[in-house]
Amino acid sequence: MKKKKWPEAWHEVNPGCIVFAPANAREYHTGSWKAQRPIWDDSKCIKCGICYIFCPEGCVTQQEDGTFRADLDYCKGCGICAHECWPGAITMIEEG
Amino acid sequence: MAKRVGMEVAIAAAEAVGMCDIDVAAVYPITPQSHIAEHLSEIVADGRTDAEFVTVESEHSAISCVAGASGTGARVYTATSSQGLMLMHEILPIVSAMRLPVVMGIANRAVSGPLNILNDHSDIMPQRDNGWIAMFTENGQETVDLTIQSFKIAEHPDVMLPCCVNIDGFQLTHMVEPIEFPDQKLVNKFLPPRKPYATLHPDKPVSMGTFAMSDIFPEVMKAKDEALKNSKKIILGIWDEWEKMFGRRYRPVETYCADDADVILLTMGSMGETAEIGINELRKKGISAGLVKLRLWRPFPFEELKQAVKKAKILVVTDRAVSFGGPGGPVASEVRAALYGEKERPLIYNQIIGLGGRDMAVSDFVAMVEDAVKSGEKGIIKDYEFYGVRG
Ligand code: SF4
Ligand code: SF4
Repeated sequence: MKKKKWPEAWHEVNPGCIVFAPANAREYHTGSWKAQRPIWDDSKCIKCGICYIFCPEGCVTQQEDGTFRADLDYCKGCGICAHECWPGAITMIEEG
Repeated sequence: MAKRVGMEVAIAAAEAVGMCDIDVAAVYPITPQSHIAEHLSEIVADGRTDAEFVTVESEHSAISCVAGASGTGARVYTATSSQGLMLMHEILPIVSAMRLPVVMGIANRAVSGPLNILNDHSDIMPQRDNGWIAMFTENGQETVDLTIQSFKIAEHPDVMLPCCVNIDGFQLTHMVEPIEFPDQKLVNKFLPPRKPYATLHPDKPVSMGTFAMSDIFPEVMKAKDEALKNSKKIILGIWDEWEKMFGRRYRPVETYCADDADVILLTMGSMGETAEIGINELRKKGISAGLVKLRLWRPFPFEELKQAVKKAKILVVTDRAVSFGGPGGPVASEVRAALYGEKERPLIYNQIIGLGGRDMAVSDFVAMVEDAVKSGEKGIIKDYEFYGVRG
């Protein structure tokens, strides 16, 4: 049987909506909210890590070569990374 | 039989809490507070109960503090009144949605403005739809009994909802009444330690107060409504148990001379006692009058109310608060909704009484009933009136 993502019927809701499985926020893909996605131009990136620090989703990670990428399963397209990146290495493009 | 003592009702409420083995009480210690908090702090300071007494900087913090403590599995209590309850408003639906069995004593007082502080129900009525169990007491003895029962009701595994005990401010909280305290050993038997459904413990991590978007939120709301409706059954059972152990009987709707009455008066809270004397006077005058008293406000006792008034031709519903620009008082609108589907239902006259502590004498209840009978005979329907207002 396929595991339910969350309770389907009202009587399956845990009292108080208590969640007993720790760290399950990663099962919730906020990436489905986004209308825009960030694109990195690594040639402009100075590897300061500002995008990593400012991302409210915590979904920006550093790659082996020191540049950064967002995990698009969680990136909600807020554009904060692009706004904060002062060398202008990040551009927001429309989803689609 | 337990000994009777003369005691101020607010002090008695604190004494009752002191018998319930609470772990945490949080209150905002200055106005609008009652002697409940003050005396409870003395009980804790004297070591008569082993609890943490937290004096916080506002009622918003008081309710937040007990909610957090309740989440850890503690038995908790808070008390407030009037503006303090209004300040708690934001947190109240969160407490019920998180199914935390917080117990709160409310010394019902008018909300500003104008600034008033005296008794009416304008503080509790805006909290009606917050998902709390709400009961009203009529005297000191009921205040003690319902306070102790509230912990058992709130913490019951099939309930797990916050519960407030409404005690008319001044009219009750500041009166000295004869009160019989139950035996502590029996209270311990009636109210064993809380067995929480979940606690905040690092070894067993849980998330409380989680996020829920439109894909699950309506299911959560339905679950909360069902839990509150279902609590009536548990409340009835706990009242039966109380009756067996302590001899006093409680029902969601209580009646006095109402079985054969043509005209019924409905009250909620301390005015029921004065109204009872009014019914005696009316009966002496040959008017077939009776009284229905609403003890349980949430969950609303629809069936019990229908039964209690089914033979009456006229029902005079008293309200201690106003739904401004609406149908009159909140109790009357609930009663009307409850009876709307009935084939035969009484004419309903809504009287808004005792606002901001305005005294209601026996003669006022007599006059209200006589007026309703006269209006009924002439076929005059009045939606609602502000009883005794000059002009
Ligand atoms: S903020 Fe811009 S420059 Fe700094 S690491 Fe991120 S992409 Fe590179
Ligand atoms: S758009 Fe927002 S969510 Fe996505 S990576 Fe940038 S900061 Fe993070």
